Amino acid sequence: MSKILEGLKYSESHEWVKAEGNIAWVGVSDFAQKEMGDITYVDLPEEGDDVLAGEEFGALESVKAASDLICPVSGTVVAVNAELEDTPEKVNEDAYAAWIIKVEMSDPSQADALMDAAAYKAFIGE
Amino acid sequence: MSDTQIPLEELQKTCLYQAHLDLNAKMSPFAGFMMPIQYSNITQEHLAVRQRVGMFDVSHMGEIFVKGPDAEAFINHIFTNEIRGFDPGKVLYGMMCYPDGGTVDDLLVYREYLSDHFLLVVNASNIEKDFAWIQEQAKGYDCRLDNASDRIGQIAVQGPEAEKTVMEVLGYQEAARLAFYTFCDVEYNGERLILSRTGYTGEDGFELYTTRENTVEIWKRLLEAGVEPCGLGCRDTLRFEAGLPLYGDELSPEISPVMAGLGMFCKFDKDFVGKEALLDQKAGNLQQKLVGIEIEDKAIPRAGYPVELEDGTQVGVVTTGYHSISLEKSICFALVNKEYAALDTPLWIRIRKKTFPGKVVKKRFYQTNYKK
Repeated sequence: MSKILEGLKYSESHEWVKAEGNIAWVGVSDFAQKEMGDITYVDLPEEGDDVLAGEEFGALESVKAASDLICPVSGTVVAVNAELEDTPEKVNEDAYAAWIIKVEMSDPSQADALMDAAAYKAFIGE
Repeated sequence: MSDTQIPLEELQKTCLYQAHLDLNAKMSPFAGFMMPIQYSNITQEHLAVRQRVGMFDVSHMGEIFVKGPDAEAFINHIFTNEIRGFDPGKVLYGMMCYPDGGTVDDLLVYREYLSDHFLLVVNASNIEKDFAWIQEQAKGYDCRLDNASDRIGQIAVQGPEAEKTVMEVLGYQEAARLAFYTFCDVEYNGERLILSRTGYTGEDGFELYTTRENTVEIWKRLLEAGVEPCGLGCRDTLRFEAGLPLYGDELSPEISPVMAGLGMFCKFDKDFVGKEALLDQKAGNLQQKLVGIEIEDKAIPRAGYPVELEDGTQVGVVTTGYHSISLEKSICFALVNKEYAALDTPLWIRIRKKTFPGKVVKKRFYQTNYKK
């Protein structure tokens, strides 16, 4: 069973969003990290990059494959979790502590429209 | 290669299918078979083979027996390497090519102890295509062809402790005297077992061909003895580090042995199908060559990613790439325009939105540990 945190929002591409006002932290769900296996590399955007909801903003790499990270909200990247460059395994250890980017949202209602924990639980069918 | 187009119910199962399910392996379609990709995780399985011993279900591979007075002449006609003059008990690697030099398959040829008997071991994805090709080429030769792929199971036992394992767990003392790329016939439950000192990992090891029933029993005994079950995931990372090609990635109807840098397995002082085209390529008449590229970053070059010059001109494409588990750097095989194939040539790989500088290096990334 994958861990799903209450209070977060989830996308169909398995990112989580923690929104506070117009700021959103974005990471990947526990389900996603389990599916990928050992994560060996996190391809991060840069601070100041613009991101668009539904578009790729980076990637996670496991031994076998690369998975695009899809941003659930639009806005500007105001911080990246640079710690993941040297310790990508933190995503496996605790997917909800290992935020990937912090976004200043241009339209905070985009976060509200994502799945809540119950809906995401049903979505992954566990 | 992806098999997603094949409906699940049409995928074949090896004799060890249930054993994989019992181990909770992550299963995936490969070459028309439902195969184990990993049991624990790829890194752990990879390191087990490099440091101790691991085993692979390779029962999906194809076995074709060729027997008869013209068997040697026939195989020599379709095989790029030279089988005349090599002794019974020896194994030889090479390819079969089309007249245009493109690769039908890469394979092992076993010269059996009975005269005029040979065994060809071919890739699972190519069994039907190869058998049809071989039958067509065999017209006019006095030899019999037997596609035994469905009757034979195969386990690869690989790693520095492989010899000890085969001797102690299975009792085959013969293992100690086999050199790399030789085999002997032994028995298991009164049935034939081919004990072959070969593999696809860059480590010492053995491949055991026997009946399906025996294969299931041997797997169980090796598992009980603590041999790490290893999936196709680490089979790929291991063969890649050792510089070994995978048909479909580094060899194909479009990628000849000469393009893939495997010219040493083509003997041009004999006749074989594709020889003229390959000679022409060898003389410089080819567009692309397979190279190794190392990049100075942890980003991973994957199959299909473009290889570029500094100005963004595309000069090639990645065929296989990993962040190497044993070497801890990002490396790949790539097919590049021949002008850029020399060692140390600077090349850039486009990984998503960024490009990463690298250079051409030798394809054998990892120092292999074969028993000579």
